[in-house]
Amino acid sequence: MKIVIIDYGAGNIQSIKFAIERLGYEAILSSDAAEIKTADKVIFPGVGEASSAMKMLKSTGLDKVIPTLEQPVLGICLGMQLMCTYCEEGDTDGLGIFDANVVKFDNKLKVPQIGWNKIYDLKSPLFSGISEGEFVYLVHSFYVKECLETISSTEYGVEYTSAIQKDNFYGVQFHPEKSSDAGEKILGNFLKLEVRN
Amino acid sequence: MLTKRIIPCLDIKDGRTVKGVNFIDLRDAGDPVELAEIYAKSGADELVFLDISATEEKRNTLADLVRRVAEKVNIPFTVGGGISSVEDVDILLKNGADKVSINSSAFKKPDLINELAAKFGSQCITVAIDAKQVNGEWLVHLVGGKVPTDVNLFQWAKEVEERGAGEILFTSMNNDGTKEGFANKALAVLSSDLNIPIIASGGAGTMQHFTDAFIKGKADAALAASVFHFKEIEIKDLKEELRRNGVEVRL
Repeated sequence: MKIVIIDYGAGNIQSIKFAIERLGYEAILSSDAAEIKTADKVIFPGVGEASSAMKMLKSTGLDKVIPTLEQPVLGICLGMQLMCTYCEEGDTDGLGIFDANVVKFDNKLKVPQIGWNKIYDLKSPLFSGISEGEFVYLVHSFYVKECLETISSTEYGVEYTSAIQKDNFYGVQFHPEKSSDAGEKILGNFLKLEVRN
Repeated sequence: MLTKRIIPCLDIKDGRTVKGVNFIDLRDAGDPVELAEIYAKSGADELVFLDISATEEKRNTLADLVRRVAEKVNIPFTVGGGISSVEDVDILLKNGADKVSINSSAFKKPDLINELAAKFGSQCITVAIDAKQVNGEWLVHLVGGKVPTDVNLFQWAKEVEERGAGEILFTSMNNDGTKEGFANKALAVLSSDLNIPIIASGGAGTMQHFTDAFIKGKADAALAASVFHFKEIEIKDLKEELRRNGVEVRL
């Protein structure tokens, strides 16, 4: 199986590569459109600020490539947020794959949210073998509002989308590569999703 | 609900753990990677590696250690100790560190906090502050708490937040090493004044001390070294006790 982690200069992608290796697979880091298109699974990571990450995607043309992918794609953290319609952070449009907006947490809360929180209302093969209320590790200041495509929710002052899916596109707000055994299980579930014919 | 975090801290010198550890099941008591794996399995929420080596090869040795930890450990970890430039941080994050912690370098050159937050995002920038209460006033101290400054802890903490730090690691030099509890009054003030998470450090001796840091001190996380390294407190027992006391934890 060919797994490609999209490398566009945003964030800590080594940890995702290592987590995939712990699961017994290999992953390639690439920003090459042809390489990404021919992958069986694509991981779209991201840590940092939304508008500068969008600029990096645009400068490489990947903003046009990602929405046309047909194999399973997993956006992680900022990657998931960039797959939405609009991001309040840096006032930028996203890739428009998920029909949802990304907004900032209420400033009465401590922001960023850093730490372990629960995921519930799990609705996807991504969560096969994962219990309702399982803990995952999150670090973020902006969140995706709940919408029709929400496949797991989390509560931090507000109930929000901690995972989302539309067709072959998946997004998780948490870091599966840092969420202990549960995170590795979720990442493994993604890698085991059926590949297109 | 977001849970409170328990964070063991490992002191590192030349790629090895320094403070004695009392793990009979360790093959190599000085191997930080093996110790980190054990902590990850025993329920630690995060790890902090504090590098105290002062050699010229420090940068490479530390980057190599970070990489080896990232390969094996499936919980987040922070690296601190002598980090003073954007380049230092870049190397550590590229090798797999989730966060970096800066201390004296941030105090000497506060713009570094802005630069790091802009380049890497606030979420991976922890600013460590060592402070000591002198004649009733909490003053920032440098060089592992040895060198006093005339800057007020709460004032500096506010500035650190405004400059873009994602989190503050506050060590009370009055409490550190005493095993008589965390500096809960100062912690509570920090936690109420600021809008970013506060990690309590210095003074852990009993499980009750952790409960107090979270309830009285309103801390978001608590860090300790020797009580964990010498198995005086098992993380699982601690978390069960915290839950009984009404503190939300990951179990």
